[in-house]
Amino acid sequence: MNKTWNNKAWWMVVPVVLLVAFSAIIPLMTVVNYAFQDTFGNNEFYWVGIEWFEDLMESDRFFDALQRNILFSCIILAIEVPLGIMIALSLPKSGWKVNVYLVLMALPLLIPWNVVGTIWQVFSRTDIGLLGNTLVSLGFDYNYTRDVLDAWITIVAMDVWHWTSLVVLLSYSGLVAIPEAYFQAARIDGASKWATFRYIQLPKMRGVLTIAILLRFMDSFKIYTEPMVLTGGGPGNSTTFMSIDLVKMAIGQFDLGPAAAMSLVYFMIILLICYAFFTVVTNMDKAETKTGGAS
Amino acid sequence: MLELSNVSNPPTSEVHFENLNLTLQRGVVNVLLGPTLSGKTPLMRLMAGLDPCVKGTLSIDGADVTGTSVQKRNVAMVYQQFINYPSLSVYENIASPLRIAGFELAEIDNRVQQAAGLLKLTPYLESLPSNLSGGQQQRTAIARAIVKGADLVLMDEPLGNLDYKLREELRYELPRIIEQSNAIFVYATTEPSEALLLNGNTVTLNNGQVTQNGPTMDVYNYPSSLSSLQTFSDPPVNHIQVNKEGSHFCVGGVPVIPVAAAHSTLADGRYNLALRPYHGSLEPQGFGQVALSMHLSSSEFTGSESFVHVDFFGAHWNFIAGGEITALVGEQMTIYVNPADFFIFNEAGLPLANLEPEA
Amino acid sequence: MAKIVLENLAHAYGDNPQQESDYALKRINYVWNDGEACALLGPSGCGKTTLLNIISGLLEPSEGRVYFDDTDVTHVPTKDKNIAQVFQFPVVYDTMTVAQNLAFPLVNRGFDQAKIILRVEEILDLLDLRHMANMKAKGLTADQKQKISLGRGLVRQDVNAVLFDEPLTVIDPLMKWELRSQLRALQKKVGQTMIYVTHDQIEALTFADRIAVMLDGAILQFGTPKELFERPSHTFVGYFIGSPGMNFFPCEIKDSTATVVGQNIDLKDSYGAPIGKLELGIRPEFVSLHERAHQSDGLPVVVESVEHLGRNKIVRLLAGESKFSALLSERTQIPKDPVAQFDANRICIYQDSFILEGEAQP
Repeated sequence: MNKTWNNKAWWMVVPVVLLVAFSAIIPLMTVVNYAFQDTFGNNEFYWVGIEWFEDLMESDRFFDALQRNILFSCIILAIEVPLGIMIALSLPKSGWKVNVYLVLMALPLLIPWNVVGTIWQVFSRTDIGLLGNTLVSLGFDYNYTRDVLDAWITIVAMDVWHWTSLVVLLSYSGLVAIPEAYFQAARIDGASKWATFRYIQLPKMRGVLTIAILLRFMDSFKIYTEPMVLTGGGPGNSTTFMSIDLVKMAIGQFDLGPAAAMSLVYFMIILLICYAFFTVVTNMDKAETKTGGAS
Repeated sequence: MLELSNVSNPPTSEVHFENLNLTLQRGVVNVLLGPTLSGKTPLMRLMAGLDPCVKGTLSIDGADVTGTSVQKRNVAMVYQQFINYPSLSVYENIASPLRIAGFELAEIDNRVQQAAGLLKLTPYLESLPSNLSGGQQQRTAIARAIVKGADLVLMDEPLGNLDYKLREELRYELPRIIEQSNAIFVYATTEPSEALLLNGNTVTLNNGQVTQNGPTMDVYNYPSSLSSLQTFSDPPVNHIQVNKEGSHFCVGGVPVIPVAAAHSTLADGRYNLALRPYHGSLEPQGFGQVALSMHLSSSEFTGSESFVHVDFFGAHWNFIAGGEITALVGEQMTIYVNPADFFIFNEAGLPLANLEPEA
Repeated sequence: MAKIVLENLAHAYGDNPQQESDYALKRINYVWNDGEACALLGPSGCGKTTLLNIISGLLEPSEGRVYFDDTDVTHVPTKDKNIAQVFQFPVVYDTMTVAQNLAFPLVNRGFDQAKIILRVEEILDLLDLRHMANMKAKGLTADQKQKISLGRGLVRQDVNAVLFDEPLTVIDPLMKWELRSQLRALQKKVGQTMIYVTHDQIEALTFADRIAVMLDGAILQFGTPKELFERPSHTFVGYFIGSPGMNFFPCEIKDSTATVVGQNIDLKDSYGAPIGKLELGIRPEFVSLHERAHQSDGLPVVVESVEHLGRNKIVRLLAGESKFSALLSERTQIPKDPVAQFDANRICIYQDSFILEGEAQP
């Protein structure tokens, strides 16, 4: 006799399936529906096929926004990941101070997005903001509402301030999980600080770093609230990211069809990049285990 | 009686076995003996119901329990790591399975006291596990396993993390504790000496295969295959591949060991010979011994006796000798053995028909 | 290679040690000779790892000094102490190959490329790792990884000492036999000073020229395997060395006669009339059993149980209130109505747990 299968467990999944259906699948399907139709209001829709997607592929506006997104995510990852690791490395391993540091660092994570945007908007103002005013008094020609570079620097600084702690917390949890014997062995083997980092800490942190990079990539690629509050997408269109553009299109211009098509493409891009990244990392893992295990 | 018939475990397990048959007895300890990755832990997971049987059946006293969930099987498990509830006292730790099972207070107290007495924990009942020594922590875990009267108690290398001397004590006590209980005891270990001391039944495992199963002394004295013999020897058994040519076993055409009278009926051909290290001596002892010449490769003196490592026609052999060895490394030395003490297996390491090895 | 000298060494983990019991290590004075293989043997928590970490510099002692030859290295950091250490659990650099792992300590110290290759090849052969030299260390089994750790410990020839912290814990019994004898042979060959920490007496006895038996932060006896086996200087050493450990009987002593369970036993030496808590110690190996009908003098005993070890058997005996054991060859028959006799040459007498030296009789 084979094992008797008990199918009762499947019923346990029903609530989750319902929840996901209402919160994700049904809205998504609505978007898919819009992406192939046109409307002039009054709830009248006309089938247009893949016209919106064709338009999108020829739209400079879309590719400009996409470029801005990619540039932004790259800058964010290039700054936050190394910075986060460095801060995590410089934290002590135990003692009461650690808790204080960790709590202080977690504070920005607890602040709602729009509040962060508002804080930085005020903080960077050249008339009353501490940062803006100081910079101007020091003789810098700083104005984030006028200058493209200043606007970008401010947004990047804001995101780094807001999210580096997440990388720090994840890296730190990876670091403290490394057994003390590894560091003792490294000292005995005469390993330099760099070699210890390169051959012990970094390999052992790979798992948490993968998660950190994925989270930071997805979040930065979807960024909306903070630049919306801070710059409103300006000056000009210089900080109009895809999400901001999308909202302008859908709500500002009420171009539901093109906006739906764009959000689908947007969604696919994120999915694709995350999938590719994750596959590469896990394959690296497998390849290593394989060469090692074949004895 | 626990019976596994034609069982296969999930292929994702670290050691996979196919169509495995095994019967374990009640009232004695069943030792699963084998090196790391021989399949001891996956087998126990299967018995506990933590892993499903992909194929075959598992029955206890004739009742099929293949599909029964772990919670309903009334099993207890002890691991190599000392696993106790850190915030509960020893008393509460031992009582916890009874409280879950809903026993009456008086009955709980009665059973806890009895188990604590058996495992010498009575003075520590109010302590927290973290304040106890490793040995006491493991005793607590064992007490918890036996207190609820589980039908099946599984112990996975329970002494592995203990000091040598503490192990000695618990090894001595365990059979006495097991005698008091009516459960089916299964005990996994990598150490042959532990199997001998527990003195119940022994199952030798290698690469996901059961190589032998029977009363411990039978398995020890009458190994059914070279693999089973190698699993059940510490120090490692001496092994050499030979060719029987008439009255001698030969290596590369050179006669090296005379054939004992008891083995004279063997046909000429290739065989595997194996000899336990203590069946050789540096001085002649008794009848029927022959002198074999070997080269010393190293020796280790323990204060009372020596482990002698030698090279015998390319095979690495070892013997135990009283006192310290004075010979130098590389020097030739004579070891006396009785050819009748050799275990003989065929070329594939399997037993020969119509030949019972003499032990 | 160097001689290691410990001078008044003591260590407390707390900040302000007030009394004896605050110390994890209690005032140790010892000398390990150059090229000697030593073991620190004791139960968990006896301070053996603390002592090892002080020698390797991972821990700074609260008091006392450590010398390598004549140089004071008490406060020298680990990196500059020039020692190698192998840990209980395998420590390998996952992303490197086996060969790169072995080369690591040499590369860090800027050895010349050709020299490194030569030395790594030697170690690969020594530990039988050649076939996996170019594999990544990550996917290996625990004992393969531990072999790499051992190799990294042995790869440098210029070290002051090689320290081992229970290196065979994760190794299967059969592999243990192989690695242990390899390690011992290696030590004899290269002649490095090696210190080996373990709770396993067999490992300590077979590896070391001299063994320090530790209990509660103090070294009870520092001697050769033979001395520890034949004349343990403390009852704990007698119990801890040997399997099963030494038997002890409360006794009374007058000159060269001990009285145990109402029976007089002749001793080799004379002890006068000692006071305090007196015990007679005899190893199970030196207890023999005889048929009472043939041997009138001896301790009448009851056989409680017999455990078979394959080669030997442990016979658990009861004489009066005293439980003890005898280790007999598996081929020896146990008499039906036995009396136990002790080998007079092997009896040790203990006064308040420490050995009492008698005077040879005329």
